[in-house]
Amino acid sequence: MSKPKVAFYWCASCGGCEETVVDLAEDILGVVEKVDIVLWPVAMDFKYQDIEAMADKEIFATLLNGAIRTSEQEEMAALLRRKSQFLIAYGACAQMGGIPALANQFSRDQILEFNYEKCPALDNPQKTRPTLSLQDDGRNPHLPEFRNVVRTLDQVVDVDYYIPGCPPTPNLTKAAFEALLSGNLPPKGAVIAPDIALCDECSRKATKPTNVAFTEFKRPHQALADPDLCFLAQGMVCMGPATRSGCGAACTSGNMPCTGCFGPTSRVRDQGAKILSSLCANIEARDEDGINQTLAGIPDPVGTFYRYGLAKSILRRRVDLNMTASGK
Amino acid sequence: MAMEKQNQEPRIGFYVCHCGTNIAGMVDCAEVAHHVGTLPNVVMSKDYKYMCSDPGQELIQKDIAAHGLNRVVVASCSPLLHEHTFRGAVEKGGLNPFFFHMVNIREHDSWVHTDRQEATEKAKALAQAAIGRVAHHKALETKRVDINPTTLVVGAGIAGIHTAMTIANAGKQVVLVEREPTIGGHMAKFDKTFPTLDCAACILTPKMSAAGAHENIRLLSYSEVTKVDGFVGNYKVTIKRKPRYIDEEACIGCQDCIPACVFKTPKFADEFNEGLGKRRPVYIPFPQATPQIVAIDPNVCLNFKKGENGDRVVSDKCKKTCVEACGDKDAIDFTQTERFEEIEVGAIVVATGFQTYDATRSPSYGYGRYDNVYTALEIERLVNASGPTGGHVVMRDGKSEPKSVGIIHCVGSRDKKTNAWCSRVCCMYSMKLAHLLKEHTNAEIYNFYIDVRTPGKGYEEFYGKLLEEGVHFIRGRVGEVTDWAMTPEEEGKLVIRVEDTLAGMVRRIPVDMVVLATGLEPQKDAQDVRRLFNMSCGSEGFFLERHPKLAPVNTFSDGIYIAGACQGPKDIPDTVAQAGAAAAEVLALIDKGYVEQEPNTAFILEDECSGCKSCIPLCPYTAILFDEKTDKAWINEALCKGCGTCVGSCPSGSIVQNLFEDQEIFSEIEGVLAYD
Repeated sequence: MSKPKVAFYWCASCGGCEETVVDLAEDILGVVEKVDIVLWPVAMDFKYQDIEAMADKEIFATLLNGAIRTSEQEEMAALLRRKSQFLIAYGACAQMGGIPALANQFSRDQILEFNYEKCPALDNPQKTRPTLSLQDDGRNPHLPEFRNVVRTLDQVVDVDYYIPGCPPTPNLTKAAFEALLSGNLPPKGAVIAPDIALCDECSRKATKPTNVAFTEFKRPHQALADPDLCFLAQGMVCMGPATRSGCGAACTSGNMPCTGCFGPTSRVRDQGAKILSSLCANIEARDEDGINQTLAGIPDPVGTFYRYGLAKSILRRRVDLNMTASGK
Repeated sequence: MAMEKQNQEPRIGFYVCHCGTNIAGMVDCAEVAHHVGTLPNVVMSKDYKYMCSDPGQELIQKDIAAHGLNRVVVASCSPLLHEHTFRGAVEKGGLNPFFFHMVNIREHDSWVHTDRQEATEKAKALAQAAIGRVAHHKALETKRVDINPTTLVVGAGIAGIHTAMTIANAGKQVVLVEREPTIGGHMAKFDKTFPTLDCAACILTPKMSAAGAHENIRLLSYSEVTKVDGFVGNYKVTIKRKPRYIDEEACIGCQDCIPACVFKTPKFADEFNEGLGKRRPVYIPFPQATPQIVAIDPNVCLNFKKGENGDRVVSDKCKKTCVEACGDKDAIDFTQTERFEEIEVGAIVVATGFQTYDATRSPSYGYGRYDNVYTALEIERLVNASGPTGGHVVMRDGKSEPKSVGIIHCVGSRDKKTNAWCSRVCCMYSMKLAHLLKEHTNAEIYNFYIDVRTPGKGYEEFYGKLLEEGVHFIRGRVGEVTDWAMTPEEEGKLVIRVEDTLAGMVRRIPVDMVVLATGLEPQKDAQDVRRLFNMSCGSEGFFLERHPKLAPVNTFSDGIYIAGACQGPKDIPDTVAQAGAAAAEVLALIDKGYVEQEPNTAFILEDECSGCKSCIPLCPYTAILFDEKTDKAWINEALCKGCGTCVGSCPSGSIVQNLFEDQEIFSEIEGVLAYD
């Protein structure tokens, strides 16, 4: 009997998720023993034509990481969806847009203008911008189109499961493989991680006072964090209460507050809105000036509360950006 | 059985009410019914003339049986009016009442729009939202909460006193709070009352002392409410006791301290007499004040000095002859400070009264510029036998009697530049003062009026009597009061310039004294009081009743009632009637003994709660506790009022509120947005 076929693919991502697969270390041998990897651009040489040549659903599972920004990513997502029994959004970017989705605060024009004209590190006197295609010496090279907004994988194609994290941990990845291969599957659409907030597994939980009453907010570089005390009790924004657990409280164990990469629990539609209402409601000041003064400690609320989830949030983007259903 | 019903496919019945022409006049009800009939899960959709009528309610009950409905939506008026009615109808039809949802297409739609097409579209969108929501409704049970039988009455003018006395006479405990050193309010300052001309003090002061001595009334004078928490039946109220520098228990009201004061003669403006008389730093507002306890005014008493923060602190520089005079009673206590007391009550009656229009806001009438221009309230004191002149009407020079008096009506009333409303009492009190001034001085009296409004028992007859007495009535709004004489007869007089609209000419009437019939307006701090008690104000700033006809003393907060002029200008008979009505409402509430609480409470999903404690300090009712054993939050359902604060702020979505579950709210939003 032939081994089940598995594909790894990356879209708008940093490569960190690929690292996690590598981080499986010797466990990867166990995976390779049980499956055939048919696509893994970061590590192995396959051609897209090989995939196109496959029968529909021939791939058992595709783990796709990265958000969807370009027409090429859209096409690959659709192709892999067609060829796979299970399409898994792997990592925060595929699940919620991730860091690339912070670009949804800016229009396509603003982004292109900055990157090809205004960026101080740029040397582009002709202000050349990428074009979709051109004639060059009888060749006709073409580039993918840059869409108006960043989208999550499930805003483009149907997704079966989600493995959260920036990046997902090796443990979760292994557990997901085991579930897939054993056929012991959660209901479709599930996020393969515990459905309780991070505080539950955080060693600092007991040190959180009942009434935190924020008087100021500090960012991690502005103070030396106490290694045992709840970050919120220290006036540092910690996304833990609004973030799914399952990472083993990796960041808080390393003396850094949670930044929310595992996304919200299944009961929450908008992670940023939730932590925002929770933290703001717990500000000690009751007058507008006092509240503003406390909030001045959070200079970038979108980058703080929607660091990974902007594309998946209720607003998805700056409200004055055009967005059609196809994200064009 | 409840679970069984929850698991059924929703079968929704929808009704849109015409409310006569209230809704149907602006909304095409048949079209709304037709549209809703096409929506998923809707098995029956009708429009009907009056859903709240008995046949309307029976229609719901019949349809539940005939169509196997398990959800009902009615689009009609505000849920405040008829949610209860329809829930009852649904329950009679055999369904849990919370499978019902109401859509407001009257107050929120037909009454506030002028375009029939747009209003119809809006009604459809609102109905679609409700259809989306009701599919997720669950069966819920109401619960009962006991009512604390003690009542708080705020303000002890005639309204507050009458309310407190009525409730106390029924054997219930009342806490009566008054911010002045004495109770009595405005009525205590009046000389006579219209139209019967019985003396205000003679009918009020027995009531005042009875209230002060009543075994069921706890009187807290010189005190103010600063905080109100809780809900109908169970309010927690914080009361600030302002220092009067007198031990209320020890003072026997002998008033020996007053003449003993180091100030040999009274020197400071006397508020009770509208500044027309003088008092000492230690004083009692008027002879029949209740309680009979003096007060010390730290702003003028020599034993105080200005502190660092501008407040008054004890200087101990005075000889304290008052303390000597008090002797063994030892009732004077300069060390008193503000105290705060928390009380628990079940119902609250707000009877905070009115203030009179500030006559300096109408500069053309010369109040504050010409000595002999008075406000009506000043004249009340001037003609009063216990007033600053012992009832002798003299002008501000202290000796000359007026030979002619002009009374200008509607000062700060019925005027777009100041207050648009009619103050209701000024015509009558102006005529009363005209009568009294004539009686005291035999002067010529001129009334300048726009209309004479006398819609009360015996009021028109009183007007007739005044005409017979020879009081002059000149119809026209006065242009100005001036001392600029144009003829020798006008020299030294105040000249009232007015267009006499009956004679059709501009007239100049020289008089010795001018009385401004200032109108009634909301107290300066009415907005603060409104917030304190979670009430609403009308556009003019008076407290808003729940319904102008059918709930005139109720507010939109259950268990909080209003009485008297804080609700709008009114005379003493109307005030007392309203005070009695408020007392009846309170007694009905107390005697019922319990309130049924909406089951819209919140609960924690125990398995999902991460124990982050974010919700705990936010609960305004301290209903959330942290369970140290389970390391999770826990909501005491009996204390939860369903405000939703914790639900919105739970960062992991682990608190759910009945009737406001995420699915219900998102379906509602999706419904309203899906329609375009």
